[in-house]
Amino acid sequence: MCGIVGLFAKTPEVEANLGALLAPMLHEMSDRGPDSAGVAFYRNPVESGHTKLTLQHDDPAYDWDALRKALKEAHGADKHVERRGNHAVVVAHADAVRAEAWIEEHHPDVKIMSAGEAIEIYKEVGRPEAFIETFDIKSLNGTHALGHTRMATESKVTTAGSHPFSTGLDLCLVHNGSLSNHNGLRRMLRREGVRFQTENDTEVAAGFMMWRQREGDTLQQVVDRCIEDLDGFYTFLIGTRDGFAVVRDPIACKPAVLAETDEWVAMSSEYRSIATLPGAEKAVAWEPAPATLYMWEKERV
Amino acid sequence: MATATDIEVVDLAVTPLRELNQRLHDAASGGPRSWRIVNPNGAHAIAVGIDAELDVVIEGHTGYYAAGMNKHATVTIEGNAGVGVGENIMSGRIHVKGNASQACAATGRGGLVVVDGNASSRCGISMKGVEIVVKGDIGHMSGFMAQSGTLVVCGDAGDALGDSIYETHIYVRGSVQGLGADCIEKELKEFHRAELGRLLEAAGADAKVDEFRRYGSARQLYTFNIDNAGAY
Repeated sequence: MCGIVGLFAKTPEVEANLGALLAPMLHEMSDRGPDSAGVAFYRNPVESGHTKLTLQHDDPAYDWDALRKALKEAHGADKHVERRGNHAVVVAHADAVRAEAWIEEHHPDVKIMSAGEAIEIYKEVGRPEAFIETFDIKSLNGTHALGHTRMATESKVTTAGSHPFSTGLDLCLVHNGSLSNHNGLRRMLRREGVRFQTENDTEVAAGFMMWRQREGDTLQQVVDRCIEDLDGFYTFLIGTRDGFAVVRDPIACKPAVLAETDEWVAMSSEYRSIATLPGAEKAVAWEPAPATLYMWEKERV
Repeated sequence: MATATDIEVVDLAVTPLRELNQRLHDAASGGPRSWRIVNPNGAHAIAVGIDAELDVVIEGHTGYYAAGMNKHATVTIEGNAGVGVGENIMSGRIHVKGNASQACAATGRGGLVVVDGNASSRCGISMKGVEIVVKGDIGHMSGFMAQSGTLVVCGDAGDALGDSIYETHIYVRGSVQGLGADCIEKELKEFHRAELGRLLEAAGADAKVDEFRRYGSARQLYTFNIDNAGAY
C-alpha cells in the first residue's frame, strides 16, 4: 500500500509550523504503511558554496561532534550539529562533491541521507507515530516537506529501503506503487555510473531521475522519460529545492489527492490526511489526472 | 427499549469499526432504524454490508469501500468518500455530499448512488444495474466494461468514457474528453428522456434533460459476429 503526504507553505505561519502540520498527516497514513516512515524537510538554507548534509549512523550514541571537528579541519564546517534520532545535520564549507567524498573516505560507516542547500531527510523503520516522536518532527519548520509511510512489497524493511530517496542535490522522491522493470533499469543505470545501496524498486526510480537530471533534462523532461521507461504503478511525489511535484502513471490506480487553499498546498494518498489541516473544509480538493505533472514552486527571495 | 424513532449515535472515536458494522448487520432482525455515525475520520469499510431498511448518516469523511454491498439502507456521507464508495451496492440509496474518489459504485447491481461533488476515475466501473448521478465531473476510464444500469454526469467526463461497454446508458451534460473503445454517442429517445428526468429528480440535480447527450455501446466488441467465426 504505502502512504504519501506533502505540504507546501504559502504563508510564514505555515512555514513556522510545517512539522506540527505535517506530523498528523503522516500519522493518518500509519495504516497504509506501518513498517517504516520518513520525511524530507526543506528549511534553513545554507549559504551558496556550503553543503548541508543529513547523515545517519546505526549507533544512536555516535559521536557526531568528532565527525564535525574532523570535517572542519579538512574543509571547514558550521559549529552546530543538529541531531534527530540517529541522524544528524552538519554543514560543510565545501561543495557537495568534496563534502560527500570526504564522508565516504573518512567515515564509510556513516550513511549520507541527503545533500544540498536546504534539504534534510530523516527516515527509519518502525511505526510512523514512533518515528514522529523519535525525530521530533513536530518541531521542524520549513518551506515545504514530503513524507512517506511504507508497507514493503519489493524489498527488505531497512532504513536504507525507506523513503524519501535522495535523487541528487536538494532533490528527493517518495513513491506509492511498485515497478516491475527495476532490475533491468538498475543494470542499465549502473553502467551509467549511478550507485545503488538496496534492491529497492523506488531507489531505481530515484536513480533514473538522478541520471536524467545529470544529463540535463528539465523536471518535465525527466517525468516524460519516467512515463516512457518505468513499467509498473506509481504515484510519485518529487521534492525540489523550491517546491514539489506530483505525477501518476498513465493508468493512475495508486491513489492521490491534492488540495489547495490560500495558506497551503497539500498532497496525500487519502483525503483523511488533508482533513487534519486547518482550513481543509474550505480547500479546493481534486485527484490529479494520469500522466500529468503538477508542480508548485516558491520564488526565491 | 429502543423505538423506531430513536436515533442511535455511534462514535467511531470510541467504538471499534467491527462492532459498529456488526450492530448494523444485526439491525436486519430489529432494533434502531436511524443511525448517526460520528468521527468517521476516513476509516475504511464503514457501514459495509447493511441488509435492512436503515437510515444511516455518516458525519464526516469516509475511507475505502464505505457502504459497500449496501442492501435496502439509505446511507448519507456528509463529507468526501474514499475509493470504492458503494462498491457492489445491491439496492437502497447512497448520497455523498462531497467528492467521491476512484471506482465509485464499482460493480453495483442496483440502487441509487448520488454524488453532489465530483467523482474521480473509474466511476461505475463494471456496473451491473446500479443508477449513478454525479452532479459534478467524473474522471478517466469511467463506465469501464459497464454492463447495465445508468450513469448520469451533470458536469464533464474524463478520457476513455465507457471503454469496452456492454449495455449501460450514459448521460453527460458537459464535455467528454474522449470515448473509450466501442462507446459512441447515441440518440436521446423518449424512453431515455423519461429515465434521465426521473433520475435528475430523484437526485435533486439542478439540470434539464435537454442539456444532456447520451452515450452507449456500439455493440461491435462483445456481440458475436458471424464474420469473425474463424477467429474462435
